[in-house]
Amino acid sequence: MSLDKQDVQKIAHLARLALTEEDASQYQSSLSSVLELVEQMQSVDTEGVEPLSNPLEMTQRLRADEVTEINRRDAFLANAPSTEAGLFLVPKVID
Amino acid sequence: MNWEIVIGLEIHAQLSTQSKLFSGAPVLFGAEANTQTTLVDLGMPGALPVFNKEALRMAVMFGHAVNAEIGMTSVFARKNYFYPDLPKGYQTSQMDDPIVGIGHLDVTLDDGTTSRIGITRAHLEEDAGKSLHEDFHGMTGIDLNRSSTPLLEIVSEPDIRSAKEAVAYVKMIHSIVTYLGICDGNMAEGSMRCDVNISLRPKGQKEYGTRTEIKNVNSFRFIEKAIYTEVERQADILEDGGRITQETRLYDPEKDETRSMRSKEDANDYRYFPCPDLLPVVLTQEYVDQIKATLPELPTSKAARFMSEYKLSKYDAGVLSSTRPMADYFEVVNKAAGDTKLSANWVMGELSKLLNQNQADIKDSPVDAHNLGLLLARIKDNTINGKTAKDILLNMWNGEGSADEIIDKKGLKQVTDTGAIETMIKEIIDANPTQVDQFRASEADKQKKMMGFFMGKIMKASQGKANPGVVTPILMTLLKG
Amino acid sequence: MLEQNISSLIKKLRKKEITSVELTQSYLTKIQELNPSLNSFITVCSESALAAAKQADAAIDAGTAGPLAGIPIAHKDLFCTQGTLTTCASKMLSNFIAPYESTVTARLEQAGAIMLGKTNMDEFAMGSSNENSHYGLVKNPWNLNQVPGGSSGGSAVAVAAGMAVATTGTDTGGSIRQPASFCGITGLKPTYGRVSRFGMIAYASSLDQAGPMARSAEDCAHLMNAIAGFDPQDSTSAEVDTEDYLADLNKPLDGLTIGLPKEYFGEGLDSGVADAIMQAVKEFESLGATIKDISLPNLKLSIPAYYVIAPSEASSNLSRFDGVRYGHRCEDPKDLLDMYTRSRAEGFSKEVQKRIMVGTYALSEGYYDAYYLKAQRIRRLIKQDFVKALNEVDVIMGPVAPTTAFSIGSKTDDPVAMYLEDIYTLSVNLAGIPAMSVPAGFSNGMPVGLQIMGNYFAESKLLNIAHQFQQNTDWHLQTPSMEKGA
Repeated sequence: MSLDKQDVQKIAHLARLALTEEDASQYQSSLSSVLELVEQMQSVDTEGVEPLSNPLEMTQRLRADEVTEINRRDAFLANAPSTEAGLFLVPKVID
Repeated sequence: MNWEIVIGLEIHAQLSTQSKLFSGAPVLFGAEANTQTTLVDLGMPGALPVFNKEALRMAVMFGHAVNAEIGMTSVFARKNYFYPDLPKGYQTSQMDDPIVGIGHLDVTLDDGTTSRIGITRAHLEEDAGKSLHEDFHGMTGIDLNRSSTPLLEIVSEPDIRSAKEAVAYVKMIHSIVTYLGICDGNMAEGSMRCDVNISLRPKGQKEYGTRTEIKNVNSFRFIEKAIYTEVERQADILEDGGRITQETRLYDPEKDETRSMRSKEDANDYRYFPCPDLLPVVLTQEYVDQIKATLPELPTSKAARFMSEYKLSKYDAGVLSSTRPMADYFEVVNKAAGDTKLSANWVMGELSKLLNQNQADIKDSPVDAHNLGLLLARIKDNTINGKTAKDILLNMWNGEGSADEIIDKKGLKQVTDTGAIETMIKEIIDANPTQVDQFRASEADKQKKMMGFFMGKIMKASQGKANPGVVTPILMTLLKG
Repeated sequence: MLEQNISSLIKKLRKKEITSVELTQSYLTKIQELNPSLNSFITVCSESALAAAKQADAAIDAGTAGPLAGIPIAHKDLFCTQGTLTTCASKMLSNFIAPYESTVTARLEQAGAIMLGKTNMDEFAMGSSNENSHYGLVKNPWNLNQVPGGSSGGSAVAVAAGMAVATTGTDTGGSIRQPASFCGITGLKPTYGRVSRFGMIAYASSLDQAGPMARSAEDCAHLMNAIAGFDPQDSTSAEVDTEDYLADLNKPLDGLTIGLPKEYFGEGLDSGVADAIMQAVKEFESLGATIKDISLPNLKLSIPAYYVIAPSEASSNLSRFDGVRYGHRCEDPKDLLDMYTRSRAEGFSKEVQKRIMVGTYALSEGYYDAYYLKAQRIRRLIKQDFVKALNEVDVIMGPVAPTTAFSIGSKTDDPVAMYLEDIYTLSVNLAGIPAMSVPAGFSNGMPVGLQIMGNYFAESKLLNIAHQFQQNTDWHLQTPSMEKGA
């Protein structure tokens, strides 16, 4: 499975990764190599085999509907690059 | 061109749990920014979600209320996209295996016609945070209090054919979720948000036209208006030979028009996959049945029962069953008062007036239902008349005690003693000879009008305590001479 | 080398033959001496370690000490340790002070263990050589020109070179077992769900599992006693009772049946490694075990399946690193898109970005069925292989890696050469079963690890088997001179 430059750019955009021209070429070849490796999967017939997600096939436990968290805003905001009045700041979002 | 309007609605109902869908943070409205957040809601590295059992119960309840299949195994899936109010870079939602499957609702319009609207599914998902675009020197502020609040997304089939039908459907969903106590239905605060999908097609055509989505319409009125304006816009384009762009739009109430939303990514690829931090939610039939058994009487059934059991009119039954607190209130009043018509009139009338004047909800009424009922019982047993009762209600509202306490304290017992009343009437007649003569000289219909004058004098003389029912025949007799 | 036998150290501490402060100080000195050349630690917490050691001594005096009181350990730098830098060896988190504590590190702290610092690793646990770290590569103390393995390279080296008594690591596709094998120490990847993932920065959620790395199986058992067990904060945590992992260490191995999968001994396996493994297997026979040939027919498919599932989950898990609420944000973003794309491109290394892109692609519209879903079907086949095999035998053994530690830089040019090294370990994570790496000999002067794989929640049995081997051999006690390759 080979990828072209456009594919790489599309993927990079979906993943919000900035790409230089040089990067794009590099990734194009390394991604194509990985995808080639992964093609091996097609060699086996998995008709009728259910996908396995959680290896132990456990089911979801339920949590009681209780407030268990105290306000730790200061601690949580301490690592933020930009805050004001308790809010996280980002470049203006245009809707 | 005869256009058929095709509408499908997506309603997001914020579930009224104590804590969030996947964390133990609180969910109060209006708290200071980012004070109701914890690791999961902030998308902290290493944070893990655990599923709120109350949100599950509420979703299953809703499923039962709309006659839907319940997803015995439902799966949480990640919807991946980047937006600053989405802290994990994905929203945990449900894709292929929702908690509620196919159901339906029967919706009645004002003109009495009923139509069945299909429900495609309802699923649980976490809400995102809020972006505040007020100027933070050219930046946007992000508040994640709302992040991970539980939402139930209710998706209808595109079965709706008019704005009125759409509003009736939304109102019905609103009354169901409030009846079930799973959502407070406060659209202004965003507890219930509506996305409207509209397309037009020539009548008789099977294929659907291209649809647009109008996002976040937050009142019944706006839903109706948005539909009208969008239908007009689409019809204009189609009639000019143009094509509808599939897009997301916003309704602007001030301009009464819809406009395209910029920057909603061109066909976002959400890369849904089952969330590996959560496991399939597997229900037992026992659990599902147990929830069904707790289903309360729903608005349509209640209205029907009010009509058959209490012989209320369709209109009255509709009003009184419109919210569960009002319906419950009415029934308690009725039980204490022993008179359905009186109870209905007073709950819809005098009490509602006071509630509106004081911007109070019936749940917060300072006059509780039982006590109102007892007041009405005193009308019924002739201890007081209707007018006096209105005054007493106001006293009760102001916390002056129960009906009987106030009647006692203020000596408001109606005068029903015929002898006393006769004496009173005779005094009035003696004091007003001119009017009496006029009366005796007048025609029957004019006499009726003049009764009012004497009645007024008697009420004044008795400080409003004379029982009109007793007064009237005696007055008639004595006037006629 | 400083003493690393936990049982012995506990005795000495309680008997006051040594104080916790002395012990901790001697390890801190060792770190100071060796870390510059090995680069095993990203953060050293001298002050807090000594303060904790003081408290441990006081607790020992007062009789209130926890089971691991005073034992100096180190944690892989993807466990959130409150108040301490937690970087995942990435520029993205190079300024991140964890605001909360992970369950694993909390439990060890509660048991009284002393945290010496946070160890180096492949960035975001993506790698098998510890060459992918923002903080520089880690060197193998057996030969400074060789890699220590990854992604828990720093943790393996800390134990191998005697800079910590034991360490925590994580294993998603072999990241505890392979570095343990390359560095000649003992490591255990528990059953998926046995140890809580709360506070463990996620790589691939359905594969990640934390585990102990130490000088011996017995030491690993000590750590397991502290960390194993249900955690309500982790939905994938198993509600299965734990046990005392020290209790069965000395059970004799008579009647033990060991399966040797033929796929583990085929083409690509270095002959030196094969020899060491077969010697080890012979040792087990002399201890009373019977050997059986078995087959895990879908082994080879574990590589493509893993390299779809892990990057897919990772691509989603790493979306939260967006420069908004913590972590690296680029300078002067001109708009939101620029902030996202530049912060992430600057914050993540190329290998991480590559895996994110592979995962994004595999989940994208039109490819989900052919990649992600297909990989999960193969995952079930692989699990079925193990379940069938473990019905026939008690445990499965084989090599951990096809070679011993390779040279630094030798596999970084070929994008998939490194991935192929993981052939023997990946399938274990896909199936979720527990497995250990136990020092079993040398090849060309470099350590060889024996892999022991068992049934779900059979950690006790694995530790017992490893312990018996270590009672009868001394491979695990060999330590590097740290002169080779210097």
